[in-house]
Amino acid sequence: MPDPKEKKYAKPLPHLDEENRPWWEALKRHELYIQKCRDCAEIRYYPRALCTNCLSSRTEWIRAKGRGTVYTFTATYQNGAAGFRESLPYIMAYVELDEGLKMLTNLVECRPEEVKIGMPVEVVYEDVTPEVTLAKFRPAR
Amino acid sequence: MSLSRKTAVAGVYEHPTRFAPDKSMFQIMAESVRGALDDAGLTIKDVDGLATTGMGMGGMGIIGFADYLNLTPNYVDSTAIGGSSFVAHTAHAAAAIAAGLCEVCIVVYGSTAASSRFAIGTGGAGGSSDPPDQYDAPFGVTTVGAYAMIAQRHMHDYGTTSEQLAEIAVTMRLHASMNPVAKYRDPITVADVLASRVISSPLHLLDCCIISDGGGALVITSAERARSLKKKPVYILGVGEAVRHAARGQRDYLDIAAAQSGKLAFERSGVAHKDIDMAMIYDSFTITVLSTLENLGFCKRGEGGAFVSGGRLRYDGAFPINTDGGGLSSNHPGMRGIFLVIEAAKQLRGECGPRQVKNCKTALVHGTGGALGTRHSGATLILSNH
Repeated sequence: MPDPKEKKYAKPLPHLDEENRPWWEALKRHELYIQKCRDCAEIRYYPRALCTNCLSSRTEWIRAKGRGTVYTFTATYQNGAAGFRESLPYIMAYVELDEGLKMLTNLVECRPEEVKIGMPVEVVYEDVTPEVTLAKFRPAR
Repeated sequence: MSLSRKTAVAGVYEHPTRFAPDKSMFQIMAESVRGALDDAGLTIKDVDGLATTGMGMGGMGIIGFADYLNLTPNYVDSTAIGGSSFVAHTAHAAAAIAAGLCEVCIVVYGSTAASSRFAIGTGGAGGSSDPPDQYDAPFGVTTVGAYAMIAQRHMHDYGTTSEQLAEIAVTMRLHASMNPVAKYRDPITVADVLASRVISSPLHLLDCCIISDGGGALVITSAERARSLKKKPVYILGVGEAVRHAARGQRDYLDIAAAQSGKLAFERSGVAHKDIDMAMIYDSFTITVLSTLENLGFCKRGEGGAFVSGGRLRYDGAFPINTDGGGLSSNHPGMRGIFLVIEAAKQLRGECGPRQVKNCKTALVHGTGGALGTRHSGATLILSNH
């Protein structure tokens, strides 16, 4: 039996660039951040250089609590792409953070039939490569 | 300036193929152009506008297709917003013709999605390097999965059922049974849909559109010129387009582009909902139809489940849609916006034989491109035969 840890990570990885690197580096430290505009106080996810409300470049990084609720979800039973076809079924969801922003993510440590919309969840950090950590969610404990 | 009745669909052609391993994408497109020009009674020498985009086409594929047919158009449009693109192309062609940029515009699409074995709905893997993809692709977002999340939320908020969604698929199959070129023509039942395997919960295999080869083309020209041609003009009354996306993490996911594009098309056409005799609604999935009908305002939000029930959407029902059998049963070569316009035009010309909607004078077309649950476009047209 091959050790699964030896297998190359086959799922798509994000393209890191100077705009998004602080966010991904925070995830690597197991910290989840959202952005807030220093001029108009609008919050946003995913991270970007400008506020979409007032186009200000003055951005504050706010540490998210890492808790939220399931806004919607689906259990996927068919995906032919490498990395996913070996992990069927998997659960994809929008989680609405307590801070009020929705993130697309995976729900882990639960079976599809246990998931309910509105269910409280908490972040778990999955270190998928030395550079990339993904924020996934599990039922809140 | 109103566009209403200034331009018309003067020719349409749906390529009958559903599986064409012997043809290239450009050949299917060119044969479709020939068919639409024949239908209008025009020749290739009359064409001075070209609109197309495609899944297997390069980024500047429209120039390649102009090369293939040796066209030198005065107007080109390669708007690429997914399956709705060809509905948007029609709207743009109407505006271009009304503004004098061209006189006879071809809108064309072709694809060998089936024979090239595209995994369109379930092949979710890497996205582009565009910023939004970095936060979706790592989690295995597929097209069907993104639509499934809309269905799940709709069921949660409004008690919509899988049976109600299934009736949409059953109705499309009934229509396909009356369309000799439809890919799947054997009737199905609600029980068949529910018994088909789950692809991405709560959507079953038969809640999903098929994959076929195919193509089609339209000839758009001025209303005045259309009146001098072979077929009865199908006038373009109103158009609208819109997009929806993650909205910086704050989107209401049951609000889709159709709410905005539909409102624009109705306002611009001066037509009311009660005037619509039939509609062609992009049916990538059953939930796409339900959500689109709500967002276009044919029923209130949350009432879509009841609205699509009881045979209302049948060709002989109170609100007929997708009389060709739709993407769920007739054809879906990767994108199918072009077929929405073709079937609406045929209905308005009274050419639909056993599936003809009685007394059909005004039709609505709505294309969706992309995925309702992530990012998508919507394009709406209101068409009339008078």
